[in-house]
Amino acid sequence: MGPFMAVFALVFLAPIAYSIYISLFKTRLIGGTSFVGLENYQQALTDPNFWDGLARVAIFLVVQVPIMLGIALLAALAIDSGRLHAAGFFRITIFLPYAVPAVVAAIMWGFMYGNQFGLVGNINEAFGISIPAPLGPDWILASIGNIVTWEFVGYNMLIFYSALRVIPSSLYEAAEIDGAGQFRIIRSIKLPAIRGALVIATIFSIIGSFQLFTEPSILQKLAPNAITTFFTPNYYAYSLSFNGQQYNYSATIAIIMGLVTMLVAYVIQLRGMRKES
Amino acid sequence: MMYTSRRNLLRLAGAVGVASVLAACGGGDDSGTGGETVSADDVTKALEEGGELLVWSWDTTIAPTAQAFMTKYPKVKINVVNAGTNQDQYVALQNALSAGKGVPDLAHIEYYALSQFSLAKNVADLSGFGASAYKDKFAPGPWNAVSANGGVFGLPLDSGPMVLYYNKEVFDKHGVAVPTTWDEYYEAAKKLHAADPKVYIASDSGDAGTTTSMIWQAGGKPYTVNGTDITINFADAGAQKYTALWQKMIDEKLLSSISGWTDEWFQALGNGTLATLVVGAWMPSNLVSGSPNASGKWRVAPMPQWEKGGTATAENGGSAMSVMEASTRKALAYGFLDYLTAGEGVKTRIDNGAFPATTADLNSPEFQAKEFEYFGGQKINEIFAQSSANVVPGWSYLPYQVYANSIFKDTAGQAYISSTKLADGLKAWQDASVKYGNEQGFTVK
Repeated sequence: MGPFMAVFALVFLAPIAYSIYISLFKTRLIGGTSFVGLENYQQALTDPNFWDGLARVAIFLVVQVPIMLGIALLAALAIDSGRLHAAGFFRITIFLPYAVPAVVAAIMWGFMYGNQFGLVGNINEAFGISIPAPLGPDWILASIGNIVTWEFVGYNMLIFYSALRVIPSSLYEAAEIDGAGQFRIIRSIKLPAIRGALVIATIFSIIGSFQLFTEPSILQKLAPNAITTFFTPNYYAYSLSFNGQQYNYSATIAIIMGLVTMLVAYVIQLRGMRKES
Repeated sequence: MMYTSRRNLLRLAGAVGVASVLAACGGGDDSGTGGETVSADDVTKALEEGGELLVWSWDTTIAPTAQAFMTKYPKVKINVVNAGTNQDQYVALQNALSAGKGVPDLAHIEYYALSQFSLAKNVADLSGFGASAYKDKFAPGPWNAVSANGGVFGLPLDSGPMVLYYNKEVFDKHGVAVPTTWDEYYEAAKKLHAADPKVYIASDSGDAGTTTSMIWQAGGKPYTVNGTDITINFADAGAQKYTALWQKMIDEKLLSSISGWTDEWFQALGNGTLATLVVGAWMPSNLVSGSPNASGKWRVAPMPQWEKGGTATAENGGSAMSVMEASTRKALAYGFLDYLTAGEGVKTRIDNGAFPATTADLNSPEFQAKEFEYFGGQKINEIFAQSSANVVPGWSYLPYQVYANSIFKDTAGQAYISSTKLADGLKAWQDASVKYGNEQGFTVK
């Protein structure tokens, strides 16, 4: 127990404690460091940039997560149904994007989204049409949602699929004897059986949404004005720290985001697990 | 040991971890005012005794110059390290400074970023090293950028007087005259785009450096810096001249939205869809390597003027090399700096493609007579030297310009993608810069 606790404290608790500690200070270019108590927190809660970023990831979460999990669930059910030819091929193909590093995926999609020389540009030119610019301010969030969905559908599908595989086949046989159709089996056997997996996948996706960083920071070069320095709270914390040397304030933003994420994940877990027991 | 464990935390905790390391090891450095005194004899002695120097720079001409220097002074060993390009290096430098460990002896710092380091006394004041005597050795723009309040915080490494680069083939094909004024530039933009909808006179998706340089040329002085008292005003006559013109360019969609320094951008410069570039004299080597297929098509002309017959120009980019205050071998470091920026090293650097800041080299017949194949045999250095001499004096950057430039896209950049007017965007930039400055302990109005 001793060694474990030591490692646990050093690796997990120390960084958090340290971040909280430095969030109580303020270092200025003129005047040095001073203790400011909760002033940074007060500032964050009234900072329009922080709320703007938070609102953006909230919208992202509400729209992108259901779409992604819906697609993943459909794919898992389809592959599990046994009615698909070459199910193994589909399983690996849908999972493949997850093996592509997020940075590479963002760069790749960035090239496709380009309306000057990218794929979108080529399509516009070939058909003489004008697709709304995916990297423009109106579509950028949807474009990022598309990348994230592409990356993580396979991962979630695999979670659902493995949960579906452990359902005893005797249940299906019994249901068939009772005259249940495929949809009835899905609704009454499969979905209730994988509830735990659904909740876990939802919680992971929520955390992922709140931590949105890689895709915007890569696409930022291609869509410099549409992606501001406070596009997502994480990106804001990064910008504050690395461009503005506002380390204390950056730590404050990070801690507030950690709390928000924990709170939302906790609520989802409570709601998701309640009916199960 | 302590340091190592902190490093591990850093990796785990990301940005927050960095913050903790910095906060832990940081602390105000307000010891001592004015620089120390190092005589020429001290420097000569240091060079003879030798020693090791660590130099941070992303400039590829430094390494060959250091090589030549080491041949001359065999006891000196110079390690040139590329710690990242501009902003990346500044982040690394700030981290090293805060940690008090791994700070180089000499660091490459761009003019716009220098005051951020000189204000915090991170770079040594070289006036006591004899650097003040170099006032007339360098072109006025770069010298002004390294000297402030009687101190000299680095020596100019290169400079970026602005000129107009244009694709002659595109202009000839559509029968458009090369603009000499900004009004003509606007007319040329319309004509080129009308003649071929694919062609734009330039691309601009909002760049802080370009914007401030354009306002500089127009006579604007948005930043007044007097110690820690700062005034920011993006509504003076110079700034208004610029916003009036650029608003028309944006509204009439005469500017391509391709982001600078991307592959698309170099492709467009190469294939004639971007007809001009208004940037510093450091551009040629980038064009040669980035858009090799346009060799022979590009030419250089003086920067378009706000008044017909004018000659005003501005600096765009350019950088200095500074001796870090934390260096324990300042005399030796100064010896190399002197060689690199004002001595024999300048020649080596020019031969390797650098654009100097020393007046003697700028005006030398050999330098000016050099013909550039990429520019159809044109003697482009003549135009650069002329531009260098005509830089509007009196410009200053903010002591926290690195941060200010990083939030340009949040404010002024919005004018490029929404109905926000450029003048309002610049006002928003001003407000955000004022707010940050006051938070950081300056008195900003």
